[in-house]
Amino acid sequence: MSELVRDSLDHCVKCTICESFCPYSRATPLFPGPKYVGPQAERFRRTGVSPDVSLDYCSGCGICTQVCPQGVKIAEINSQARAQLWEDRGIPLRNQLIARPSVLGRLGTPVAPLANWTLRNRPLRWLGERLLGVHRDAALPRFAGRTFQGWARKHVSPAAERTIVYFHACGTNYYEPAVGRMTVEVLEHNGFHVVVPPQDCCGLPLQSNGNFPAARGYVRRLAANLAPYARDGCAIVSNSTSCGLMLKREAREILEVADDDVAVVSEAMYDLCEFLLLLHQRGELRTDFKPLELTVPYHAPCQQQGHGIGKPALDLFALIPGLRAIELDADCCGIAGTYGLKKEKYEISMTVGERLFGQLRESKGDLAACDSETCRWQIEHGADIQAVHPVELLHRAYGLDAG
Amino acid sequence: MPTLETEVLVVGGGSTGAGVVRDAAMRGFSTVLVERGDLATGTTGRFHGLLHSGGRYAVKDPVAARECVVENAILRRIAADCIEDTGGLFVSTRWDDPAFGDEFLRGCRETGVPVDEVPVAEVLRREPRLDRGITRAFAVPDANLDPWKLVSACTRSASEHAARILPYHRLLGLEVHDGKVVGARVNNELTGEELEIRAELVINASGAWAGQIASLAGCVVTVLPGKGIMIAMNHRLVNTVVNRCKPPSDGDIIVPIRTVSVIGTTDVRVADPDELEVTPGEIDEMLDEGEKLVPGFREARALRVWAGARPLYTPEDVADTREVSRTHTVLDHAKRDGVEGFITITGGKTTTFRLMAEHAVDAACEKLGVVRECRTHEEPLPGSEEERFYWLGARVRAQEPVPNSEEIICECELITRSHLTEALAHGRPTGLDDVRRKVRLAMGPCQGGFCIYRATGVLHEFEHLDYRAANTALLDFLQERWKGVQPILHGDQFRQARLDDWIFQGLLAVEHLPQ
Repeated sequence: MSELVRDSLDHCVKCTICESFCPYSRATPLFPGPKYVGPQAERFRRTGVSPDVSLDYCSGCGICTQVCPQGVKIAEINSQARAQLWEDRGIPLRNQLIARPSVLGRLGTPVAPLANWTLRNRPLRWLGERLLGVHRDAALPRFAGRTFQGWARKHVSPAAERTIVYFHACGTNYYEPAVGRMTVEVLEHNGFHVVVPPQDCCGLPLQSNGNFPAARGYVRRLAANLAPYARDGCAIVSNSTSCGLMLKREAREILEVADDDVAVVSEAMYDLCEFLLLLHQRGELRTDFKPLELTVPYHAPCQQQGHGIGKPALDLFALIPGLRAIELDADCCGIAGTYGLKKEKYEISMTVGERLFGQLRESKGDLAACDSETCRWQIEHGADIQAVHPVELLHRAYGLDAG
Repeated sequence: MPTLETEVLVVGGGSTGAGVVRDAAMRGFSTVLVERGDLATGTTGRFHGLLHSGGRYAVKDPVAARECVVENAILRRIAADCIEDTGGLFVSTRWDDPAFGDEFLRGCRETGVPVDEVPVAEVLRREPRLDRGITRAFAVPDANLDPWKLVSACTRSASEHAARILPYHRLLGLEVHDGKVVGARVNNELTGEELEIRAELVINASGAWAGQIASLAGCVVTVLPGKGIMIAMNHRLVNTVVNRCKPPSDGDIIVPIRTVSVIGTTDVRVADPDELEVTPGEIDEMLDEGEKLVPGFREARALRVWAGARPLYTPEDVADTREVSRTHTVLDHAKRDGVEGFITITGGKTTTFRLMAEHAVDAACEKLGVVRECRTHEEPLPGSEEERFYWLGARVRAQEPVPNSEEIICECELITRSHLTEALAHGRPTGLDDVRRKVRLAMGPCQGGFCIYRATGVLHEFEHLDYRAANTALLDFLQERWKGVQPILHGDQFRQARLDDWIFQGLLAVEHLPQ
């Protein structure tokens, strides 16, 4: 247990603000709430035998840490305690499996039609629920059948004065390569030479499933690939807001990786919208946007909020003529990465998401925007509305579709 | 005046008295114990909770060390439920002479304290907060001991052997006839009624108060109350008892007990065990010493501070109480002062309470002319029959699989409504402070900020109190908590106190409650 994170429990004055904001304890009696499992139960834990399994019902959304007025690292305490729990008990096969998106991606991509059929076949999903504990109704993405890396290898990014490094993460690589392509094109449109280094999973799903040793291995290897560019002064951007946060903060704070590569990468890391808004503030973002006559409800995912950068996507949308963005205030969509996939947590996940789904339905939007891939899949599943990354709208408004 | 008849009357409801009454009752004597307040509220309830391995005494006090070795092993068998087997360490910090380690090892080996020198790297892995500059470390079987559970288990066992336990019965006087103590007059502090207790033998087990009690029979017993202060930190900064490897000195130990860690202690000779002032200088000294063991100690959250009085018996006056042996003494006042029917047992420490009781009751047997074997070293205390040590996670585990399914009254210490009502039903408490000792109510970070008003509600309902009595219970307990928090208020605990103040003054206007 990190002394830094654990020590923050000393700041807790029991005010209960975290409990009143937690979307999960509201949705299920099985999760006793962030104050309970965080600064409170932590005083009863010592390494060896974890006393509480209920803390596994924490999704790790991190809202508690964000709202704590005293600076208690509640979500981080929970995350570390969960890792201890699974170290004591052994990680279930299901959690080992769904926490390795790049392994699944490599397996699924070559046989995408079959894999996609399998993942949408009711009897097989029923079987998957029985055998693996992945809920039969949980939203699973479709394998694209080709990878973003494959596209990037063939793509020649035009030479430019400024170079930027793109960390696309697994979701883009295996499921949404188009989002990756659009990201690259938007960056190139703004005068960047885009480098896509070889990269694997950042370890985030392993971290949220309590397998810290494996997660550390992944994030170290990833950071080693990215670090040389960061040392050269290149910024690194990611459209995957949660995986970006892993590199920015969580690898150091939760996994406690004290590694030069991770440190230098974390300094260079930007969320894609954060970076584009920064460009705009410096007067360097091209604003040759064509009007988009669209109503777009926007959901800022929890992990994006964890960056502590506000909601830059909304500022960017304001630059697009005709675009009517609606800021939604529902807190969490319920998926929390792999949480909502689990048999025992699916219903909770859908209950948590209900407020967001309701707002999305009421918004009568043409499509929804959201920075996180798993949240978009959950939104499409729960609210039956197409959900896109903000960069897709920028890409469209720049008219890059046609070109 | 109502009268009670008994063979043995025990004066004092700390660990010694509780041990004596159990031992005497188990040996078949009819027994009564009187205590002026609640049980375990004197020295026993005010120590850091260390079950000594003997290591602390190995160099300077071999007799005390040997006693600890034997009693430590016995208590692990008979009082497992009151003990958490944390293990202990003696560490040479960069401020301590590493050569003392050799002396320490020799002392331990001579007195039989099980000891192993452990590699510093291993110790730092186990206790990562300890100062990296530690040069040597020794593992010993220290542990923590919950004094309230211990005393309550002893008196429960005594009651099962027909003893009568009378807390809140203050001794008014000893009846002495023809050079023999024949009984006592006590005052029921709750009803104001006086009671006469006729006894064949009175055992004075009042620890630091032994001089005061003995004087009621005209005997002079010199007990030097040695004041020691302790500070409870908000969580377990260490999970092993950590001692400084040097001659006994102020602030040389951190004991992890339940959810907190306690640093102690000082040793200052005081005149009156009821007047134990804590000075800012003493607090500073504790925090400084804590910093040497655990860097950052000063920034960690301190919950409260309190002081206890060691009962150090000495035949002559001594200037430095540290020089007085920590072992105990049984005084037969017939031999010593010509007063029959009266024994004093004093000195000692909670770790050796059982042995003290055994010696006292041995003396009682001799005086009463009977031969009865002591069995307290063999028979486990109620709750400890399975010889399973207390586990820190127990209260959290008890809440699984559906936490919060029962109303939690004290969130910091995870006390449910039924914990409270059970304590109220079986413990005959007279106020919330008595409930506190039974279940550890309000002993966590908020120091009652969120549970006192809830607990008052439960008390009000359960005891059918009128509103004035309930208000008084609330205010008394608030005052009691504040007493320990106020001298140490800084940092996080100060912020907590502000929030608690808003709750009690701002929302509940407690100062205006009718009493």
